[in-house]
Amino acid sequence: MSIPLEHNYIGLTETSSMERSSDKLSSSTSSTLSSEDGKTSALNLKQTELRLGLPGSESPERNSGPGVSLFGKELEDKNNGYSPSPLKNLVSGAKRGFSDAIDGSDKWVFSLSNGSEADLFSPGGGNGGKPSTQYSCLSATPNMKEAASVPQSPKPLQEKKPQVPAANEQGSAPAAKAQVVGWPPIRSFRKNTMTSNLAKNSDAEGKTGFGCLYVKVSMDGAPYLRKVDLKIYNNYVEISSALEKMFSCFTIGQCSSHGLPGRDGLNESRLKDLLHGSEYVLTYEDKDGDWMLVGDVPWEMFTNSCRRLRIMKGSEAIGLAPRAMEKCKSRS
Amino acid sequence: MDPKRKKDCHDSGESTRVASTFPDEVLERVLALVKSHKDRSSVSLVCKDWYDAERWSRTHVFIGNCYSVSPEIVVRRFPNVRSVTLKGKPRFSDFNLVPPNWGADIRCWLVVFAAKYRCLEELRLKRMTVSDESLEFLALSFPNFKALLLHSCDGFSTDGLAAIATHCKNLTELNIQENDIYDKSGCWLSCFPENFTSLEVLNFAYLNNDVNFEALERLVSRCKSLNVLKVNKNITLEQLQRLLICAPKLTELGTGSFLPELTDRQYSELKRSFSICSNLNVLSGLSEATALYLPALYPACTNLTFLNLSDAALQSEEFAKLLVHCPRLRRLWVLDTVEDKGLEAVGSNCPLLEELRVFPSDPYEEGIVHGVTESGFIAVSYGCRRLHYVLYFCRQMTNAAVETIVQNCPDFTHFRLCIMTPCQPDYRTNEPMDKAFCAVVKTCTKLRRLAVSGLLTDMTFEYIGKYAKNLETLSVAFAGSSDWGMQCVLGGCRKLRKLEIRDCPFGNAALLSGFEKYESMRSLWMSDCKVTMNGCRFLAKEMPRLNVEVMKEDGSDDSQADKVYVYRSVAGPRRDAPPFVLTL
Repeated sequence: MSIPLEHNYIGLTETSSMERSSDKLSSSTSSTLSSEDGKTSALNLKQTELRLGLPGSESPERNSGPGVSLFGKELEDKNNGYSPSPLKNLVSGAKRGFSDAIDGSDKWVFSLSNGSEADLFSPGGGNGGKPSTQYSCLSATPNMKEAASVPQSPKPLQEKKPQVPAANEQGSAPAAKAQVVGWPPIRSFRKNTMTSNLAKNSDAEGKTGFGCLYVKVSMDGAPYLRKVDLKIYNNYVEISSALEKMFSCFTIGQCSSHGLPGRDGLNESRLKDLLHGSEYVLTYEDKDGDWMLVGDVPWEMFTNSCRRLRIMKGSEAIGLAPRAMEKCKSRS
Repeated sequence: MDPKRKKDCHDSGESTRVASTFPDEVLERVLALVKSHKDRSSVSLVCKDWYDAERWSRTHVFIGNCYSVSPEIVVRRFPNVRSVTLKGKPRFSDFNLVPPNWGADIRCWLVVFAAKYRCLEELRLKRMTVSDESLEFLALSFPNFKALLLHSCDGFSTDGLAAIATHCKNLTELNIQENDIYDKSGCWLSCFPENFTSLEVLNFAYLNNDVNFEALERLVSRCKSLNVLKVNKNITLEQLQRLLICAPKLTELGTGSFLPELTDRQYSELKRSFSICSNLNVLSGLSEATALYLPALYPACTNLTFLNLSDAALQSEEFAKLLVHCPRLRRLWVLDTVEDKGLEAVGSNCPLLEELRVFPSDPYEEGIVHGVTESGFIAVSYGCRRLHYVLYFCRQMTNAAVETIVQNCPDFTHFRLCIMTPCQPDYRTNEPMDKAFCAVVKTCTKLRRLAVSGLLTDMTFEYIGKYAKNLETLSVAFAGSSDWGMQCVLGGCRKLRKLEIRDCPFGNAALLSGFEKYESMRSLWMSDCKVTMNGCRFLAKEMPRLNVEVMKEDGSDDSQADKVYVYRSVAGPRRDAPPFVLTL
């Protein structure tokens, strides 16, 4: 397969950026690379490989000449068996690290096989260059399988990185931050709708986290709060029994001789505080900041508007639920 | 209104042929039933009689490139046209690759039409520049005007729409789709006269200002034939419900925003309104839809064939639940917020699916990005064997995945895959994506449209040239290794009509290898390639019937031809070219 000399849209050619990167690689990983690393011929990529073995260990021989892999043994084991165009990783690496490269800073542009180097050496982290590299070198072990485990420490440098790629994901990191005009090919009207969607979604996610809906539950007199996921319940009965179980420890402690808290068929949950003779009432704070009695509105509307729950002493809930109070009193 | 015309004299040589003794009127009546413009072109080439009969009987003309022909030539050839479709700017103008004020102004066409096509009824424009004055001129010049579609056009404001609403007494269709419009206000809707009842199609989904809801409600009530209604985001659920009551016969609905809170009673009323809409085939809008209110839609989904969720950032769960109610779906547009899990639900629930478009919700990666991967696409291909049109934006892909996909769905006619990082290889093997597209062109013999992406060498283009014999449109970006790639395509794809290329290493040799071919194509676009001004000049000199236009970017090398647009034309070079367009 011929080496693709792509017209690099940023204006860099592969060879120049590759040489740059191979220079940097060979100069810095002195602890692991063998001494023949003086060569920086474009095709002899062995020298550009960063082998993360223990200091002083022999770099294993590579069997595929043009292969670019930075975790030599591991990749052989994975049996990729690829014969990629030699510039693949580094080309993409070069492109991704382009903002680093053209900053003229002395940062590295080396590609991890998971292609996340752009994050390791993002422009903002000026000090994130070498120190992280050292860290990666030292922390690597010959048994290190997954590329993903390497960038654990530099992760804080990530600015806008998607989820850390899994081991096999190569070349999946985002492009250099410099946006190409008209790419990806999306119409402008669609861009506008998307950005507004995104803003709304991230707001929503901050509050509800699609898929789960954790709200704090406090109980008067309990020393600490709990959190429940409203999405796992389907109706009021389920949540009230769950809350009872969750908070029973407090009431049992207080009313040791009488044991189990009461339960009834109403859709409010009540925990009997037998010692004090008053019962608890479940209330919630809604989106507008008002405290409401749980059970009035349809379940779905409740989950949509509930921000936190509070198990209130009945005596305090006079304004909220006079009916409930009377019921409680009539039973105790 | 049939202007008189001379009957052609028959040569003695022709008199023995059946065609020449066939009365022209009968031939015209027969040919009037031929609708497809390709067929009509073929008909016109049979003989002179047929050419004449065809031109007199043609009522709809489609012009794919407004500069390929002049309005005068069109009206001279086709005297009885009632419906015109015109496309203007090159498609890459959608992605800001064409500077503003490039041209494609409808004005000169309208002036000629006003003189010759008094009975014009329909005008459908895509990527044209339309001013408010043009719209007013249109509204006033054609008393029988019925249908206006503006798609991806620019240059006008809502004032122009007001003119249309005010003056077009017989309007049946007003379709304002995805335009770069100066949205001043929603007053235009109130300009429809109170006695106006003919509207059948109303689409203002992409306008941002509030319209007067009462005016809209009255309009919808009195237009008894209304079957397509697409409202904008400012229409609330409650208002939508009132509209649905007025128009239960809708076949296409675009909802407003799905967000505002409803009481229980309002929610059940909404659900009931949707259940009355049993004729819905097309549903769109649903912006800001959440799991909470989507179930109200379920009753309306039974007969849905096209569901457009590209404005609704749904998650996989609620999306999957919705799909269960849409068994007859043939076309589906979604955002990648549904993720692979959502696409698996597509595969499970939509066996009749023919078209899938997955748009990226966050193309510039400003948030936490997930999106879809190759597995979602594979899942769809297993479940939807009739799939033939796909547009798929993703961040990772493998050759093996695409090979599987086309094995499952060999009938692709449109395959548009966009791996969003330029030059990205197969993420598992690190190879170029050549094998993927090779599999596509080899397996999908009916392929007419292809858009490639990812890291690609010339091999992809060799295969395209060798196997894609039905290919008509090819879009290429950041791909290829040398001129050879483009040469293969130009040499091999017999039916190629549109070729658009950006940021590829194709130079003069490639450009010139196809110089004879360009006359059989609609157009060629090459931007940020390696073509030089000299190459373009040479092409222009060799092929006088092609328009070779170059747009240069500021600060670029004098010899480089940054943006090249080549198209065939019988109208000669443009007379309205702006200064930055150099016609060679």
